[in-house]
Amino acid sequence: MSLLEIKNLEHRYGNHTVLAGLNLTLEEGEIIGLLGPNGAGKTTLMKIISGLIQTYDGSVLVNGAPVGIGSKSIISYLPEQTYFRKSENIRSAIGMFRDFYADFDEKKAMEMAMDLNLDSKQKIGAMSKGMQEKLQLIFVMSRKAKLYVLDEPLGGVDPSTRDYILHTILSQYTENSSVLLSTHLVHDVEQIFDRAVFLKNGRVFLNEQVDILRAETGMSLDQYFREVYR
Amino acid sequence: MQFDNGLPIYLQIVKEMTLRALSGAMEPGEKIPPVRELAAQFGVNPNTMQRAMAEMERDGLVYTERTSGRFLTREEGVLAEKRKSFAREETEKYLAYMKKIGFTTEEVASYVKAMGEKGEETI
Repeated sequence: MSLLEIKNLEHRYGNHTVLAGLNLTLEEGEIIGLLGPNGAGKTTLMKIISGLIQTYDGSVLVNGAPVGIGSKSIISYLPEQTYFRKSENIRSAIGMFRDFYADFDEKKAMEMAMDLNLDSKQKIGAMSKGMQEKLQLIFVMSRKAKLYVLDEPLGGVDPSTRDYILHTILSQYTENSSVLLSTHLVHDVEQIFDRAVFLKNGRVFLNEQVDILRAETGMSLDQYFREVYR
Repeated sequence: MQFDNGLPIYLQIVKEMTLRALSGAMEPGEKIPPVRELAAQFGVNPNTMQRAMAEMERDGLVYTERTSGRFLTREEGVLAEKRKSFAREETEKYLAYMKKIGFTTEEVASYVKAMGEKGEETI
């Protein structure tokens, strides 16, 4: 049984076809880059996997069961936009995550937040954007999920924040979970990927191990990406 | 470590670890840190590091003891082989370059010798 098995997935947004019969199977224990230019359907696909979009045709199985209550408990989703309320502080946000998710490791989240030298009573709205991004990732990675779905976790962050985020992903994921990470800035992250999935015209254009791709093409993932989407 | 993203990353790690062994930065028989720890050090994912270790094991550069982990080989022969192949690779590259800019093999040899003895400024 695969961790994620998607067959003939179709999704329309008005007259516009976003996903046009997409097939994708992913196994556990990998960090997977979900790549494609803006508008390729990355966010839509991630929302469907995470159960936030329910209008689609085709089948989406997570750990063998259709997306639903059961899959939500094993998928940890990082949306593109931050979901904290500005008036919240770290302590209250942790409380909320604990109430929502049985697999949330409160202690770990607090430790990681304290490593950032944050005051647990500081209002989240008063923190810098980079800090909010770090905090959000800490929360998402502090769940013991099977599949981490991270939508553009590196969008618009500075290099040191990027390194922090990559390090946090690498150190928190385990062999029996997988990370699906979307980005259109391939260069910054390609060395942490096991596998790259390219979306094109609403389908999977390519699904391959990154080191195999490098050996076969002699190109970096970033160069290859630019070729494909030229 | 800076990677050349156009080459498989696990092979670049193998090369770097081999260099550490040849240069004495790692001692023969030294314990290799756990995969996760090395992966964090190199900033790559544990699967990539695992692949690098498997490759080094195939090469005989490291060996596994079932309960206590991985160790750098103590066999001089393995390291000598690696030293030879690394030397060959770099020298071929260097020779090709020097010939391209107009040196003969003999000139390269005496140039290298003089460089090694006196340093650059006197040549």
